[in-house]
Amino acid sequence: MRVAIVDYDAGNLRSVQRACQAVGLDGFITASPEEVLAADKIIFPGVGSSVSAVDTLHDRGLFDVLIEAFHKGTPLLGICLGSQIVLEHTEEGDKDCLGLIDGVVERFDFADRTYKVPHIGWNEINIAQPHPLLRQVEDGDEFYFVHSYFTRPTQQANVVATTDYNINFCSILAKDNLFATQFHLEKSGRKGLSILAEFASWEGGSTC
Amino acid sequence: MLSKRIIACLDVRNGMLAKSVKFVDTKDIGDPVEKAQEYYEDGLDELVFYDITASSDDRNIMLDVVEEVAKKVYIPFSVGGGVRSVEDASKLLWAGAEKINVNSAAVKRPELIAECARAIGNQNVVLSMDILRREECREFPSGYEVVINGGRTPMGVDALAWALQGESLGAGELVVNSIDADGTREGYEIKLTRMIAEAVSIPVIASGGAGKPEHLYEVLTEGKADAALVASMVHYGEYTVSQLKQWLHDKGVKVRLKY
Repeated sequence: MRVAIVDYDAGNLRSVQRACQAVGLDGFITASPEEVLAADKIIFPGVGSSVSAVDTLHDRGLFDVLIEAFHKGTPLLGICLGSQIVLEHTEEGDKDCLGLIDGVVERFDFADRTYKVPHIGWNEINIAQPHPLLRQVEDGDEFYFVHSYFTRPTQQANVVATTDYNINFCSILAKDNLFATQFHLEKSGRKGLSILAEFASWEGGSTC
Repeated sequence: MLSKRIIACLDVRNGMLAKSVKFVDTKDIGDPVEKAQEYYEDGLDELVFYDITASSDDRNIMLDVVEEVAKKVYIPFSVGGGVRSVEDASKLLWAGAEKINVNSAAVKRPELIAECARAIGNQNVVLSMDILRREECREFPSGYEVVINGGRTPMGVDALAWALQGESLGAGELVVNSIDADGTREGYEIKLTRMIAEAVSIPVIASGGAGKPEHLYEVLTEGKADAALVASMVHYGEYTVSQLKQWLHDKGVKVRLKY
């Protein structure tokens, strides 16, 4: 099985590759649109700014390829920034994103300074609906977050889990063959790795 | 709700875990990779490695350690000690570190923080500050001074001013290490930690002085720290990470217990 880890200059792809190896998934890092399109599964990780991420996706011809891969049913896993770019638009640099899921990305804007931005650290997820990739995850399990922007999908049907940080935001998104986490599952211990392990055998459906 | 983090600090010299300078016990405390894995499996939230290797020729040994840790530990970890350039930072990240810590080199050349933040992202740049207590005066209005070289060299810089400057240059987190408290095992420097935590809007990691679970409780509540660094209290088996977390949880501090 060929698992493409999409290289769009957005963070530590090797961490994701190593986490894949830990669960027996052989991921290869690639920036080639042909290789991404031909892959059996696709992971798009990411940290940093979505402005440069979206620009790089365009420059490398990966933007349209990810949309095409989604429509042909390839199982897709977005991580952190990779979960934000699947929506229609982000406030960060006022950028249009992939639009695989209806909704927008907004910045945390808190009057209460005790809530620091970025949101960094371990936080709980509240599971809104069951999903096959969460087979080994329970309501209240904690994952490692590092982000200043959060996703706001239009339809509740796309919200798999939420997290409380002054507000209640969407921390896992899903639609058909797409699953995306705001947290870094590759840095979230055994619970995070379990999601990757389930992704290894996932064919893209949402039934448990 | 966000959990308070427990971070274990490992000093590494020539690829081996070094005992703390002020700690009198001479026994070897072993392999940093094994230790990291042990803590990871016991529920640690994060790790920080300080490379205290004297010679810069031996720095590649640290990269090997980082590579090995990254294969076995799936929680964030940062590496500090000897990061003087974007190139140093990038090498550590590529080897598998999540974040890098800058300390002395940033005090000498503050632009290093901005350069690293631009190259690898603010969230991956941790500014570590070694701080010494002073009389409040015009030069040190906060009553604390920044020092380098493990506390031996005073820099004439006010600690609070440096914390704020570090934040504005792009540091994503701050480690506030009290040289006065370091190695005493009598508790963190609460006043200092709280002063900085209230002044900045990035997470603050308290360091230096942990000896008992009560100390962690104090600094995470009264001290307003987002995370507490521990070293000797866990390295020598006196406490385990899971014990500390359970203890804090029982006292009402939100920590990650399921892992």
